[in-house]
Amino acid sequence: MLIATAIISGLGLGSMYGLLALGFHVTHAVSRTVNFAQGATMMLGAVVCFTFWVTLKWPLLIAVVLALAVCAVWGLVVERVAVRPFVARGSNSWLIATVSLGIVLENVVLFTFGKDPRGMPPGLLTSSAVTIAGLRVQYLQILIPVIGLMLAAGLQAFFATSRHGKALLAVVQNKDAARLMGIRVERVIEAAFALSGLLAGVAGILVAPLFTISSTMGTLFGIKAFAVAILGGIESAWCVVLAGLIYGVAEGMITALLGSTYTQIVTFGPVSRSLCARMDCSAGCS
Amino acid sequence: MLELVQRDDESAPPKGLIAARELMSQNVVAIFGGIDTPVSLAMVPVLNKEKCVHMGVWAAGTGITRNGANPNYAFRVSAVDALVDVKLLKFAHQKFGAKKAGLMLINNPWGQGNEKRLVAASQADSAIAIAGVEKFEAGDVDMAPQLARLKEGGADSIILVGNAAPGAQVMKSRERLDWMVPVVSHWGISGGRFPELAGPTAGQVDFVQTYSFFGKQGPVGQRVLAALEKKYPSIKGPQDVFSPVGTADAYDAMNILALAIAQAGSTDPDAVRAALEDLKASYEGLIKTYTRPFTAENHDALGPDDYVMVHYEGDNIVPVN
Repeated sequence: MLIATAIISGLGLGSMYGLLALGFHVTHAVSRTVNFAQGATMMLGAVVCFTFWVTLKWPLLIAVVLALAVCAVWGLVVERVAVRPFVARGSNSWLIATVSLGIVLENVVLFTFGKDPRGMPPGLLTSSAVTIAGLRVQYLQILIPVIGLMLAAGLQAFFATSRHGKALLAVVQNKDAARLMGIRVERVIEAAFALSGLLAGVAGILVAPLFTISSTMGTLFGIKAFAVAILGGIESAWCVVLAGLIYGVAEGMITALLGSTYTQIVTFGPVSRSLCARMDCSAGCS
Repeated sequence: MLELVQRDDESAPPKGLIAARELMSQNVVAIFGGIDTPVSLAMVPVLNKEKCVHMGVWAAGTGITRNGANPNYAFRVSAVDALVDVKLLKFAHQKFGAKKAGLMLINNPWGQGNEKRLVAASQADSAIAIAGVEKFEAGDVDMAPQLARLKEGGADSIILVGNAAPGAQVMKSRERLDWMVPVVSHWGISGGRFPELAGPTAGQVDFVQTYSFFGKQGPVGQRVLAALEKKYPSIKGPQDVFSPVGTADAYDAMNILALAIAQAGSTDPDAVRAALEDLKASYEGLIKTYTRPFTAENHDALGPDDYVMVHYEGDNIVPVN
């Protein structure tokens, strides 16, 4: 019972991390940069969807579309304000700039949306459930990994087979050559950040009914999603989603077997190790 | 007439400290604390050093008032963890026949403080033992693994210490586990929209308060409710009093402070502190009639006899029968 609960619970959590981590994969694949405001973007998706659907009582479908559009536009803003100026100067300061922009967004939401966490109203996907090994698993908890895997498959196929996908990858290999081949490099990178924002929005909208909606809901998620992206090697959408599932199960198992006191210590340990390994590799390759 | 200057600590100790320093620079007579024990614990040593009265009206951490400082400028009109924890265990045993309680605690100084005192309370009471201690983060989504450990450990009840949002996640996880043991909670869950966040099982938590605006109100209760309805048009009745325990504690604390300032005849911090420690006038408050609420040794105006157990019925907090 204990192990089964940990595995099922971990798979649900891990799929959420994996979904959010796909955004890191997309921008890294195209520009070798990532948006560290990804957790805040996820929060933005949930807050905008809640505002239109629950507060303003607009139809859910329109609320979802608007939330995704806002997240995509926010991705563009992050690229334009916090990434492009620094990359143009060959600086890595985009890292802290994206973190800062995420904090700005969290505070803007804090003052506009309010401090008190809100809850999505129950719906079919959260009130209906199947019981697996004694644990009620809501339909939404099954839907999240399905959507995560579908998005990973879609991204993998897009990059590997489509003309536009190859254009995206060409940018990171050689920007000048890509330009000579008629690829509009800036537009391609903008598109990647918009897509990254959109993926975060999908994650926020899906996670919101299982969680509470507040300005800080994405902070820990963003950190864990980045950890997952690193553990998954960040290069492959499949590996990132898979790493999310493994990370989630590991988190659940550590809590179940060692106790919750050790969860963060033990799960983040391998992330530090993995980052070191990547740095060693980079040093060796250069 | 007292003037109110408001700052938001955002539940973050560093921001609370910044806000406290800013308020002290404006020469405020006293700083009223909020819901978060970690914020108050961070602020109190600075306020003691700078000689500024701290009036706790919510956070229940024992160390806020019992901090070892001399002179001590920290006072409180609210519950005290050390006493609440004894009450929670006793209530779980008496109402539900609980013999082994599982502790679900927020992973911060408030949770850690309660862990020590709950364990101590169970050691002093042979009727109920602790089956296990589990922690959760404020941002955790799924607490099923922690609850499964408590279940495996033989817990027949849950003692919950956390605020509304993570407390709601505990209740959702408990529902997913289909483990319908009684849940007895500290009052953090009343500091937000717990029924909206927790969903259908919100009413299954019994928790502690110092006051309820439901039921028959005394003259002070009627007067305060009428004043609230007049000042805030969104309040149509007791169901609309957001965070009722903070409201009640703060109301009484503000009136006690006003009496102390009047007795001191000045806003000098030492004079106000001395007046608070030896208040001559009796004050008929919302929670009770206070006769010498504080002494030099005791800076907590409320005791176990002033606590009431309540639960949610819809959005309303009503006393447990």
